[in-house]
Amino acid sequence: MAQTLAQKLLQAHTDETIKSDGQIVQCRVSVVLANDITGPLAIKSFRGMGAEKVFDRDRIVLVMDHFTPQKDIDSANQVLISRRFAEEQGLTHYYEGGEAGVEHTLLPEQGLVKPGDLVVGADSHTCTYGGIGAFATGMGSTDIAAAMALGETWLKVPPTIRVNIAGAMPADLRAKDLMLMLIGMIGVDGALYKALEFGGPVIDALSVEGRLTMANMAIEAGAKAGLFAVDAQTRAYCAEHGSPCPDAAIAADPGCAYERVVAIDVTGREPVVACPHLPGNVKPVSQVGSLPVQQVIIGSCTNGRISDMRDAAAVLRGRKVNRKVRCIVLPSTPTVWKQCLKEGLMEVFMDAGCIVGPCTCGPCLGGHMGILADGERAVATTNRNFKGRMGSLDSEVYLASPLVAAASAVAGEIAGPSAL
Amino acid sequence: MIYKGKVHKVGEHIDTDAIIPARFLVTSDPVKLGENCMAGIEPDWVRRVNKGDILVAGRNFGCGSSREHAPIAILGAGMPVVIGHSFARIFYRNSFNMGLPLMEVGDAVDKINDGDELEINAETGVIRDLTNGAEITCPPLPASMAAILASGGLVGYVGERLKQKNRGK
Repeated sequence: MAQTLAQKLLQAHTDETIKSDGQIVQCRVSVVLANDITGPLAIKSFRGMGAEKVFDRDRIVLVMDHFTPQKDIDSANQVLISRRFAEEQGLTHYYEGGEAGVEHTLLPEQGLVKPGDLVVGADSHTCTYGGIGAFATGMGSTDIAAAMALGETWLKVPPTIRVNIAGAMPADLRAKDLMLMLIGMIGVDGALYKALEFGGPVIDALSVEGRLTMANMAIEAGAKAGLFAVDAQTRAYCAEHGSPCPDAAIAADPGCAYERVVAIDVTGREPVVACPHLPGNVKPVSQVGSLPVQQVIIGSCTNGRISDMRDAAAVLRGRKVNRKVRCIVLPSTPTVWKQCLKEGLMEVFMDAGCIVGPCTCGPCLGGHMGILADGERAVATTNRNFKGRMGSLDSEVYLASPLVAAASAVAGEIAGPSAL
Repeated sequence: MIYKGKVHKVGEHIDTDAIIPARFLVTSDPVKLGENCMAGIEPDWVRRVNKGDILVAGRNFGCGSSREHAPIAILGAGMPVVIGHSFARIFYRNSFNMGLPLMEVGDAVDKINDGDELEINAETGVIRDLTNGAEITCPPLPASMAAILASGGLVGYVGERLKQKNRGK
C-alpha cells in the first residue's frame, strides 16, 4: 500500500500492520515530554497508576518554561515537584534555570528529537517536531504519565490533508504567513483529527526553522500532526544540532491516498495577521486598517528562533519602537539568546527601545512578562489569539510574523514592513 | 449510568483558555479549578451551575492547549458529561482519561436549547430533551474509550495493566 507520511512514520513504531486511516494502533514512543504546568499533573497520575520507574530515563524530557523564571509561590512549587521527580527518577533531560528554554525550540536545537521519531508531549505544540520529519503530537498529562510508565501509547492513524505550496515567494512573506493563510482557508477545525502533510516548491526551499514554525501551528487547525518530508536541509540541520538523522528517505509514497489536497500559490501575496479571537480569522495586513497597538511580543515556540530574531532586528535596526508600545523580545533558548548577542542583535533591540527578557513562554498564555490590560491590543508572533489568552478578557491579540510584529512596534499600529 | 440535569449551552470553538484560563493552572485540585470553570467566557460563569447539570457545546469544543485541567475543571464544577457538535482531539482524549464522558452528536446539538432539562442514558447513547421532547442517539464509543471509562479513567486503566505486567514477571 502506498503510504502517507503519517502512516509511514507510525508504521515504524508499531507491530501492527497499518491497513487504513482510522485504525487504532499501539505505538512505541521515542521521546516523552512535559513542562512545568503539565508535568506535575503527569507525575500525580504516574503515582496514581502505581508506577514506580519511568520506562527509560533517557527518553523523558521535562522543560520548565511556562511560568519560569518562577513567577509566584504556586508556580515555584510546580517546578519543585518536577525537579524532585527528575532527581528521583534520575532523568537525563531535565531543564530548568539557565539551561532551559521554550521546549519546542529547545528539543530540536539540542538534538533531542530526530527525524522518524514518535514524540508525545503534554503540550499541544508538541506537533512542532513534524518540521524535521518526526511524528509528534500533544496529549494531556495522564496520557503522558501512561507513556512515561509504559513507553507506549495508542494512536488513531489520522487521514491526511496534503498541502502543496507553490509560486514566487515574496521577500516579506514568512513561514508564519503561509501557516496563517492555510488556517484561514481550512478553519480552526479544518484538520480536526487529521494530519497535515506539507510539500511543493515553496516548502522544498523553506528553511528547517520555517518548517518548525509551520508544524508548530498544525494544532491551530485542529491537526494531530503537521508533517514535512526529510530532505537535504533536514539532514544539514540535524548534523548541525548533533541529532542522528537516518539515511533512509522519509517521505510519503507516490500515489498514496489523501483525504484532501489543498493548494496555495504565494505569488503576489502580502503578509497576513490573524485577528481576534481565532487563529483562523486571517486578513492581509494592509486590510486591517489603522489599529493602535500597546504591546508587541516577539518570541514563543512559534517564532523565537534565531531566524526570527534576525527578521525582527532587520526591521528595528536604526528605528525606534513607538513610545506608546512596549515591545518585548524573548529569544526562545539560551543558545538563541547568546547568538543574538554575538550578532549584535541585542544592541539593535536595546537601541530601538525594546524590552529584552528571558527564555520563557510567559506572555503567550497570559502567564507573566507582558500581560494585557483592559482594552489593550497586542501584535504577537505567538500562536493563539483566543479571548483573554494574553491577559484581560477585554484585550485583543493579533498573530503575525516577526517582520510584521516588529514593523507594528515601530508604527504604533498594525503594519507590515513595507509600510515603514 | 443515567444523567439528568439542566443544560448550560456554549458556542463554537470554545478553547481551553476559555474553559480554564492559564492563570489558574497553578493547581490540579478539581474543586479550585471548578470554581473558575469557563472564567475565560465570563468571570462568574460557573455560578449558574448546579451539581449534575449538563454542558452542551458547539463545534470543536476544547480546542487549543493540552491542559488536562480543562476536563478536571468541568468535573470540578459538577458537570458529569458534555454533549457537543464535535470535540478537539486532545480534549477528547483528556476527558475520557479523566472519567468525563463526551457525546459527539453533530448538527443534532441544535435541537438542545440552553436551560432545557435532559435525560441521558450513557449505555444506550440516547439523549432525551425533556423540555421539547427531542431525542438524539449518540453513536457508540470506540471499545478503547469505553474500557478507559469503565476503569474510571486512564489512571485506573493503566494501573491495572501495570499490575498485570508485574505479576507476569
